[in-house]
Amino acid sequence: MNPLAQIGRVVLHLFAETGRLVFFIKDAVFIGLSPRWYPRQILLQMIRMGYNSLPVVGLTAFFTGGVLALQIYIGGTRFNAESLVASIVALGITRELGPVLAGLMVAGRVAAAIAAELGTMRVTEQIDALVTLSTNPYRYLVGPRILAGVITLPLLVVIADIIGIMGGYIVGTQSLGFNAGAYLKNTVDFLQVQDVTSGLVKSAVFGFIIALMGCYHGFHSRGGAQGVGRATTNAVVSSSILILAANYVLTSLLFTE
Amino acid sequence: MSHSWSSKQTIGTPMAASGSGSEVHIALKGLRKAFGRKVVLDGVDLEVKRRSSLVVIGGSGTGKSVMLKCIIGLLEPDGGQVIIDGEETTHLKGRDRDRVMRKFGMLFQSAALFDSLPVWENVAFGLIQGRGMRRRAAREKAIETLAKVGLGPEVAHLYPAELSGGMQKRVGLARAIAHEPEIILLDEPTTGLDPIMAAVIDALIVSTVKEVGATAISITHDMASVRRIADEVAMIYQGRIIWHGPVSEIEHSGNPYVDQFIHGRAEGPIRMQLTKG
Repeated sequence: MNPLAQIGRVVLHLFAETGRLVFFIKDAVFIGLSPRWYPRQILLQMIRMGYNSLPVVGLTAFFTGGVLALQIYIGGTRFNAESLVASIVALGITRELGPVLAGLMVAGRVAAAIAAELGTMRVTEQIDALVTLSTNPYRYLVGPRILAGVITLPLLVVIADIIGIMGGYIVGTQSLGFNAGAYLKNTVDFLQVQDVTSGLVKSAVFGFIIALMGCYHGFHSRGGAQGVGRATTNAVVSSSILILAANYVLTSLLFTE
Repeated sequence: MSHSWSSKQTIGTPMAASGSGSEVHIALKGLRKAFGRKVVLDGVDLEVKRRSSLVVIGGSGTGKSVMLKCIIGLLEPDGGQVIIDGEETTHLKGRDRDRVMRKFGMLFQSAALFDSLPVWENVAFGLIQGRGMRRRAAREKAIETLAKVGLGPEVAHLYPAELSGGMQKRVGLARAIAHEPEIILLDEPTTGLDPIMAAVIDALIVSTVKEVGATAISITHDMASVRRIADEVAMIYQGRIIWHGPVSEIEHSGNPYVDQFIHGRAEGPIRMQLTKG
């Protein structure tokens, strides 16, 4: 096999895929979010994406906050910087670890579930059936999920921030011997509003990405059960990578002087 | 590739049995559709009379489902025309497409019921979403429609996964006719059903189509079904209609391809598709 041809094929496939994704985003936003709206569907998706992800996000945040406190403490002794534990935990969680880890955990859960559900609908002709019943699949399926993602992920991250800081607090006061009052004061003293809001902006974008990739791969499933399985995997992988890439872009945009 | 034996018969007199007039409801002219390099429809010409029941037969992979989807507008053909009620609908989009699609009801091959909704909400879906009916009124209409397909109200709150194949098809049929469409499309309505259930579904198709006064186009491989539900039969082979006539003449078509198909002979002029798609 000609290696140039193989490279060419991969590159062309990548471009074709990117083009297809861009067209899908256009339809998802301009058709999916335009009236007519389906409030029941939106509520249902918010419960599935948001409420049902609480345990995962809570546990992730708790352990991450705890580990962060531990690491900063241990590492910080090299610079006599142990006192920074509280503030660094707060900044780290609200700015980065809260949104990104919550995003990745929810991506794993929700992007997969969306891709599986829509993929199954696609291969069993349910999406075609929707069209024959005067219902636009972008408005009925995609729009509510995207809206749910953009709304619920920031809410999840608020909770993750609180639980994460609490995790650090518990480790700090129980294992590392910090004074409870001092720890809390240090947490709040150096925390600025923009630390929290930047995290929320990021999480809204991540929510959009998760719902979008779940819907995209689900809609384009082909070929029965195997196709749906492939779509599920692709949804998780692509949304995770896009979250990390978007995180870099957003961080540089949000924190330029 | 041998070329099709073109003995297309013209329909002279209207069908006495179905009482349909000779007015053309749906016409296909030179319909073409290819997927990549594979040509599925290669110039399909077809006329379907108002309130008649046409059954399209042909081997697997010959484009019957694709043709049905082009008629209803789920797929856009590459060439040719789809004409419904004298209006060309081939490339309609948006609101115009929505308007035309409301004339249709479609029963999909595996019923394609919405798994997350109970039976009544499936049947009422087109009424609630399409016609903006209130939920309570729609539920009543749904239960009425379920009765028409021989299902009692106790089925209304079950979920599709709890139903047998035959019941799923009946619910699918109910969903397709709930909004009283002018045109009903049926994609292999009896495939996968036992012979008795198949006969039940066929009887339902005949009675509901007559009751609603709709024009019906069905696809099937089941020759027993054909004889029960068809007024006219058309056979598709290699992307073209090679025979079209009243169901009474199917045994005397004079067309060797038709003969081989309806008698299910392995030997004959038909070259079967080996690969799918």
